[in-house]
Amino acid sequence: MTTATRQRRLFLILIAVAAAMFGFGYVLPPLYAKVCQLTGFNRLQRADAVSGTQQDSNRTVLMQFDSNLRDGLPWNFRAMQATAPVHPGQLVQVSYEVRNNSDHAISGQAIASYAPAGAAAYVRKLECFCFSIQTIAAHEVRQMPVIFLIDSSLPRDVPTVTLSYTFFKVPGRQARAKENGT
Amino acid sequence: MTRKALHILAVTAPLFRCGLTRARSVSNFQSPKTQIAHQIYDLHFFVQAICAGICVAMFAVLFYAIVRFRKSPRRTALQFTGYRPVEIAWVIVPVLILLVMAVPATHAVFAMKDTSNSDITIKITGYQWQWRYDYLQEDIGFYSALSTPRAQIENREAKDENYLLEVDHPLVVPVGKKIRILVTANDVIHSWFVPAFGIKQDAIPGFIRDAWFRVDEPGVYRGQCAELCGKEHGFMPIVVNAVSEREYSAWLADQHAAKQSPAQASDAADAKTYSLEDLMSGGEKVYTHTCVGCQQANGQGLPPAFPALANGKTATGPVAGTIHIVMNGSTKNPAMAAWKNQLSDLELASVITYVRNSFGNSVGDLVEPSDIATVRHENP
Amino acid sequence: MNEIQEIVVQPAVGPIEEPHGIMRWLTSTNHKEIGTLYLIFSFAMFLVGGSMALCIRAELFRPGLQFLRPELFNQLTTMHGLVMVFGAVMPAFVGFANWQLPMMMGASDMAFPRLNNFGFWLLPPAAILLIASFFAPGGATAAGWTLYAPLSVQMGPGMDMAIFAIHLLGISSIVGAINIATTILHRRAAGMTLMKMPMFVWTWLVTAFLLVAVMPVFASAVTMLLTDRHFGTHFFNAAGGGDPVLFQHIFWFFGHPEVYILILPAFGIISEVVPTFSRKPLFGYRSMVLATCAMGMLAFLVWGHHMFTVGFGVGPELFFMYATMLVAVPTGVKLFNWIGTMWEGSLTFEAPMLFAVGFILVFLVGGVTGVVLAVAAVDVQLQDTYYVVAHFHYTMVAGSLFSLFAATYYWLPKWTGRMYDETLARWHFGLSIVFFNMTFFVMFFLGLAGMPRRIPDYPLQFADFNMIASIGAAGFGFSQLLFLYVVVKCVRRGAPASARVWEGAVGLEWTLPSPAPRNSFEIPPVIK
Repeated sequence: MTTATRQRRLFLILIAVAAAMFGFGYVLPPLYAKVCQLTGFNRLQRADAVSGTQQDSNRTVLMQFDSNLRDGLPWNFRAMQATAPVHPGQLVQVSYEVRNNSDHAISGQAIASYAPAGAAAYVRKLECFCFSIQTIAAHEVRQMPVIFLIDSSLPRDVPTVTLSYTFFKVPGRQARAKENGT
Repeated sequence: MTRKALHILAVTAPLFRCGLTRARSVSNFQSPKTQIAHQIYDLHFFVQAICAGICVAMFAVLFYAIVRFRKSPRRTALQFTGYRPVEIAWVIVPVLILLVMAVPATHAVFAMKDTSNSDITIKITGYQWQWRYDYLQEDIGFYSALSTPRAQIENREAKDENYLLEVDHPLVVPVGKKIRILVTANDVIHSWFVPAFGIKQDAIPGFIRDAWFRVDEPGVYRGQCAELCGKEHGFMPIVVNAVSEREYSAWLADQHAAKQSPAQASDAADAKTYSLEDLMSGGEKVYTHTCVGCQQANGQGLPPAFPALANGKTATGPVAGTIHIVMNGSTKNPAMAAWKNQLSDLELASVITYVRNSFGNSVGDLVEPSDIATVRHENP
Repeated sequence: MNEIQEIVVQPAVGPIEEPHGIMRWLTSTNHKEIGTLYLIFSFAMFLVGGSMALCIRAELFRPGLQFLRPELFNQLTTMHGLVMVFGAVMPAFVGFANWQLPMMMGASDMAFPRLNNFGFWLLPPAAILLIASFFAPGGATAAGWTLYAPLSVQMGPGMDMAIFAIHLLGISSIVGAINIATTILHRRAAGMTLMKMPMFVWTWLVTAFLLVAVMPVFASAVTMLLTDRHFGTHFFNAAGGGDPVLFQHIFWFFGHPEVYILILPAFGIISEVVPTFSRKPLFGYRSMVLATCAMGMLAFLVWGHHMFTVGFGVGPELFFMYATMLVAVPTGVKLFNWIGTMWEGSLTFEAPMLFAVGFILVFLVGGVTGVVLAVAAVDVQLQDTYYVVAHFHYTMVAGSLFSLFAATYYWLPKWTGRMYDETLARWHFGLSIVFFNMTFFVMFFLGLAGMPRRIPDYPLQFADFNMIASIGAAGFGFSQLLFLYVVVKCVRRGAPASARVWEGAVGLEWTLPSPAPRNSFEIPPVIK
């Protein structure tokens, strides 16, 4: 093989490596989401498979409920109860209330966040309003339930878990498209 | 050569000095007031002492070599290219030193991350450019913004002692209780940093992150935002008032009482009518405290990010438009925040009147607090 | 590295029609000319970035806002970083690679001479785009050179201009790195095995692979930023299911290897200079090679130490802490090897050696402060404070920049056939090292005391050290004009230099005449 051929081959290999690394950059977001899911951080999914329903009455975990609004949403958004003592394995229902103070319908989407972040893996939500678009009519007041249980395998050194929802505004066009399934 | 020696001494001497003092000084960590801060202080001293020792030793060897092995007619360079025992030693010894450092370093990380069994939970939200504190178990919340007058920043007045480290509403916590903080942000990433507590937690919009501290001693502790968050990043400090439990309970009671009767205070203001002069002078104060960072003292703003108020369409157009944008913010331009929860009826009325009649605007109308109250009533 | 025992005499190349004037420089495929272009470009960018630094330090001279609005201040800190890293330091090292690698390996030119030309000429448009962003509506981007989302998503059109400039700079770096790697692997003279290569060549080989691996990742990060800004994606926006912290992961996965890209060629230069002025071979050549490769690999495992305060769990926090502390070991090996080279040598201290020894002294401080920062709990106090600013200026200015000065003084006589003014060069060194330490050593204390980064104004307890730092910065900045004078004076009327130039110089480039002929090693030598 001549030097020129060797050089051209290495050139092509290195260009391919560069292109692959550019692609690797784009693999990182789904990879990150996967790692977050596996380690239990930042779970954004909807309903979860329920397991660990053996109720542990000897242990009480204090659940705290927090709410946030972003993008200047002209809403009131609050948890109907600030805290709830729950037993691991116990099915619990709480409510969040949203009030649209404006004169027109507005769509929002909530994401959930947990503290400690690792607790997310142990909070199984059967029903929640997270990550689905909620269109609230003008001056409407809506109650949204969250039904969950805490998996009994929650580590012993976590006596308090905070569940925090943040509502973001969804632009009208995007809301309609998502509701139509497009 | 002597200059090099003196230089080396000058460079290394402070490495010793700063580790030895425990008093508050500008050359070392602030006086630690939590157990974590103490742990970090001691850990740092330990690591720094080892590093300084290594530096001094290597400087000494290098210095010796520079002097001893200078070119001279009496000697020639020895042409060796390696010496296995020494080369192995200076891999193994650093690894051992690092292992020794790693033990207390690991303990400290575990301690920092243990947010369990806290007494009080406070949610801290970073805004562009102030903080908001919500006591989740008490349903109390308030904003905390820089209170250093703009005149001091612009060098028109002398700077006071706590220049850039003072706020209108400090965070109040009881001493000796474990405070768990849930940190989040409204817009971009900020970071809540109080050096005396040994705590720094990034505020990520959309997520809460927890951290904790327990203050050992009553006092006023100051910190700053520690993540670039826009133009006023240097102007959103943190002030924590750590008080006795009794004072904390009293403060809580005051906060609850104030919450019960904001309507009363507001009603008092709403019932009065105000003259243009009163509204203009009050409005100027609000403007200087709240608006001037973006809109500038002359109302020119910084287009296109901050459109000018002078001859501005909304500022000089129908009054309902001005009221709406000041109270609810702008959907088009997220930099314009909603102020209806942060300013009272009187403050809103004053600043709107001021804006509509300053910077060359002369709309001539005035807005009364009762007008604001009406708008609130229609759009709660 | 073995000595060369047989030299083949170079016949003159026959007459070739070469362009003159501007066309000569626009179309050159000659590694020496392209090297010169890179170095002139990088020095110009160094002056631009340095002027921005002087503006920053002027504002920080005293508390209060004197000269700059906060948003302009943030634009300057951002652009100072981007210009210095991508406009000054990286092109300078590529310039030295271009000049030196073929000569050191007995090659006639780089593997792909036309690609070489293309790689350079991407830079001036990129620089113009970057600097012109100051004049876009809203000004240049003010999100810090680290461009964290969502702040960078909020920025005006200046951010988009910077993104396009970064793409151009990235392509230039990638094709340059491919060229360098191919040249090193396939254009060495016969008999020069890998373990006989000069250290500058070794460090550039590892650097080239790092560049090819991580510059594309930076490109994808800023492309994701671009689409988040304009095309409705939400990689870094929680509302859409994304995460701002993801940007930090992607950025620092690139960013940490990037700082090794900025320092490994510097290590290579020091490994050339110290043996020459010690008049003995490099101590521990084999372990130097291993340490370089180890640092290249470890570079990929430590990115999280830039993110200790975002809220990692205990596991990742500990992993990144341990991995980062480990990097001290190969770095230490290098420092020990240089001292071992000087040990029992016959030392003289001309300007290249002054900068090399200065490098060792000051890089040591930068390096140990890196170990302090690696301790995660301590980093909680120091992250985003002036301690970090001091640390990376010690490693990058006293590190990379000093090595570039050393390299210039070391090889300029070979390139030009003229000696520089030794007295003035020593003044350049003395002024630089004194003012450098005045500027940046006090920043360690500012950081310990809690002064955050990227603020245009500060509380009063930070005033004294800020004043000292600003004075030092002015002194350091203006001392670099002396460097410019020394170089220009050397090129125009320096005393003639010999082929070997330095008594202890060993290597293929020193077998060529000074100035080195435009086309050297047209017939490759044979190394025994």
